[in-house]
Amino acid sequence: MTTCVPDRIQHIGAKVLAATFPPDWLALAIPVFHRWIQQEACEELLIDVADYAHLPVGPGVILVAHEANYGLDRTHGRPGLVYQRKTVLEGSFETRLLYSVRQAFRAARRLMAEPEYQGKLSFDFAAWEIVFNDRLLAPNTEQAWSIISQELDRILKSRLPLDSATWRLERLGEPRDLLRVAVHLECPAGAEQIVEDLIASSAPRAHAAD
Amino acid sequence: MKASNPLWTQQLANQLPTGLAEEIQQFEDQITLKKQGRLDDKVFMEARLRRGCYGQRYDNGQRHDGVRVRTLRYPCGDLTKGPNTVWDAPGMQRIKIPYGGLNARQLEVIAELAEEYADGVAHVTTRQDFQLHFVHLDDTPTIMRRLAAVGITTREACGNTVRNVTACSMAGICPDEVFDVTPYARACAYYLLGHPDCQAFGRKFKIAFSGCPDKPCGLARIHDIGLIARERCSNGHVQRGFEVLVGGGLGPVPYQAKLFTEFLPVEELLPTVQAIARIFAQHGEKRNRNRARMKFLVEKLGIDEFKRLVQQERARLPEDPAWASYLEEHGRYQESPPPLGDACVSTSPPEDPRYQTWLERNVQRQRQAGFVAVTVPLPLGDITAEQLRQLADIVRRYTPDTIRTTIEQNFLLRWVRESDLPALYQDLVRAHLAEPLAGSIADITACPGTDTCKLGIASSRGLARELRRRLAARLDSLDPSLATLRIKTSGCFNSCGQHHVADIGFYGVSRNRSGYAVPHFQLLLGGNSRRNGCSYGLPIVAIPSKRVPEALERILACFQAERQPGEDFHAFVQRKGKESLKALIEDLTQVPPHDADPSWYVDWSDAREFSTEDIGVGECAGEVVTPLEFELASCERELLGAQTLFEKGVTEEARQSACRLMLRAARALLEWLGVTAREEEEVVARFKSELCDTQLFFDPFVGGTFANYFLTAWEQRSQPADEDAVRRLLNEAQLFLDACHACYVRLASARSARRQEAIP
Repeated sequence: MTTCVPDRIQHIGAKVLAATFPPDWLALAIPVFHRWIQQEACEELLIDVADYAHLPVGPGVILVAHEANYGLDRTHGRPGLVYQRKTVLEGSFETRLLYSVRQAFRAARRLMAEPEYQGKLSFDFAAWEIVFNDRLLAPNTEQAWSIISQELDRILKSRLPLDSATWRLERLGEPRDLLRVAVHLECPAGAEQIVEDLIASSAPRAHAAD
Repeated sequence: MKASNPLWTQQLANQLPTGLAEEIQQFEDQITLKKQGRLDDKVFMEARLRRGCYGQRYDNGQRHDGVRVRTLRYPCGDLTKGPNTVWDAPGMQRIKIPYGGLNARQLEVIAELAEEYADGVAHVTTRQDFQLHFVHLDDTPTIMRRLAAVGITTREACGNTVRNVTACSMAGICPDEVFDVTPYARACAYYLLGHPDCQAFGRKFKIAFSGCPDKPCGLARIHDIGLIARERCSNGHVQRGFEVLVGGGLGPVPYQAKLFTEFLPVEELLPTVQAIARIFAQHGEKRNRNRARMKFLVEKLGIDEFKRLVQQERARLPEDPAWASYLEEHGRYQESPPPLGDACVSTSPPEDPRYQTWLERNVQRQRQAGFVAVTVPLPLGDITAEQLRQLADIVRRYTPDTIRTTIEQNFLLRWVRESDLPALYQDLVRAHLAEPLAGSIADITACPGTDTCKLGIASSRGLARELRRRLAARLDSLDPSLATLRIKTSGCFNSCGQHHVADIGFYGVSRNRSGYAVPHFQLLLGGNSRRNGCSYGLPIVAIPSKRVPEALERILACFQAERQPGEDFHAFVQRKGKESLKALIEDLTQVPPHDADPSWYVDWSDAREFSTEDIGVGECAGEVVTPLEFELASCERELLGAQTLFEKGVTEEARQSACRLMLRAARALLEWLGVTAREEEEVVARFKSELCDTQLFFDPFVGGTFANYFLTAWEQRSQPADEDAVRRLLNEAQLFLDACHACYVRLASARSARRQEAIP
């Protein structure tokens, strides 16, 4: 395997975990996602909706786009909203990472406000998962974890105002899995505001390179 | 495109078999040439199909979003990967798994690929393949390299080639089999892979092996070549061979295979298959792809002439050592059972009350004492990457590193020690893979349909999902005669879901209701997958999608109430007759007006207004039913009468009725277009000039096939026809009526769109 170099890593996913959701939260997403396609509600080229609600785990309902997939996801039994980048982005590791977080955050907030959910869907903005969807550039190894976790620490330290939040990073899964990192935020002022600050301060912009 | 693709090429440089590495590099070079504009669209399309890279719905860059057709503006601009197929549009990668045989490492790699290049799900098909959906073409060479590194090829998974060679998933362990067909299926698959004699077919070519004549695991009779294991005694020795069937196939009009020979010695297997392939390549139709499958060639030549040509070709073939060499290494492909007395984990039976049900439904005894085979049911053939890895662990723990996909879109674990069943069950439960549904009415087969298939008319997966949900919930309380019925759904008439051989089959069609398209499913009853797919169901009536569950309930209730002692569903359908079965559900064919309930005009698992053409459906022109709709409904009724006549053995009258109703439908369609044609010959002539020559009647995917059914039937109506031909004619008449409906939907939509444009 190649050495993990953060700036070479693409296809970063960000998942915000669900806090509350109605039993039919996946079925309710189908009309919502179709409407998002009609309204061109996201920055990406939205293509179609894939329904995997019949599977007890894994991707639940996916809003398939050219550049990325949005999904209400139950992979590893952790329900949440995931933004999984598919095409390459320009910029640094930090830019790409924060871009994915931003897209997931925005989609989550938008989804919560959709009338189908009647306020019954909410996300825990203090509980995130970062997914590196490339086994060659970011394997789930001790070495890659060490490099990535240091880089994540550095980004959070540099981006968040002093004493505004603390965080804990946790490596998830086993070597065969994609490298996944759980990010647990503790923020007295509220996680939603902190995440907003985080992505606003970076103001990343996507430049599809392919 | 994945950032690591070039790195994978380096990473795997020394791990790929030389031939495979070269083939994949050639394909990658073709991709480069296509991007440079140096390769023709059609040539490139066939090249990628031969590597298993298939198109997917909306890959023409157009999608109806429920309100209007939207152009999907991909960054690739005008670059295409085939005629009218946008480069950046997601596609499907099919992965060939000969006889469905896999090991744990291969499962893990498929999991990795599903996660990294697709949508996290791998789909098992009715031909024991895997499919990954939403894949970018630029990633496919890397996918192929990673598969090749674990001994899997995608070569000839699509295109006009020998497709995946299938075989009973119980081969080698089945108590009823004559012998293990695995080594023969394997030899056949790899002998024909890339063989020069198999590169010039007009259409795809499918081969299946079955270990016995009676069970439904092999479905030999629905294949271009079906091989059923046989043994005979010769000079005191038991000789192995195959009963060979040729020219079977499903598709819009199903054909039962014809007997080629009752016994072909195994030494003659490969040369005979090769000779058949050569005859198909030489004599098969090339220009009209809708008549290019081998079933049409066998029908055209007649089985005796076909056989004569094959035998003549066989005699001419130069000797090939590969014909026999595999027989010498036969033992290499036989699985070694794990030691019996060595249970993985000693566990007492779980307290889970579903364990016993799981044992009854999902576990089968092997012919080897002490071992069992365990079915792992997959909902709609889908499994997540995470589950695939868990399954790989289970394969390593409980089997000699072997598992098979089944034609019912499930997995089969083989060589499980009976003593391991409690522990295995608990591991499967943890992986969400222990649903006790195997072989039941809730274990529904479904092709991809409108979810991802370009040809899909209605949502076969949506329907299957809904039926599965309802039936699984009450499976335990169902009468056993109902619980073991089989349901298969297809999104269109092409039968990828194998609906013809189900007890209860469905295929997607569309109907028009006051200018709106309504998703429907044609119901077929009485097909039979046993005895290798021995009989096909006949269509009863098209039911609005949303009413299919209700129709199914009525059929099941009627079977339960009126079934005679010992009567199976097939016999029940024959006894009841289609007319009475249709009457049972006919009221369910009614669709409320769009204004009253628009939910009928939306398919399962979708939120968009239903559309088959990716163009906006017409505005409702009032609640007036056109004379054409009345006439088509009347033709449907006449067809039912013709089917009843056929059942009673009055074949000639049935045939004349079928010809007549097609003519009536054609005349009605012409009249709706404003073309008056009174005399019969005039109707045929005007149908040709107004609807065929203009291609207005042509189906977007099969062109003039359905029109030809009518024209050919009319032309040949005075010639003699046997029972088989009349049965096919009745099927063709149904498809022609479906095509009339579809044509009406298309033309009405276009007319409505023009009206809309004209409004200032």
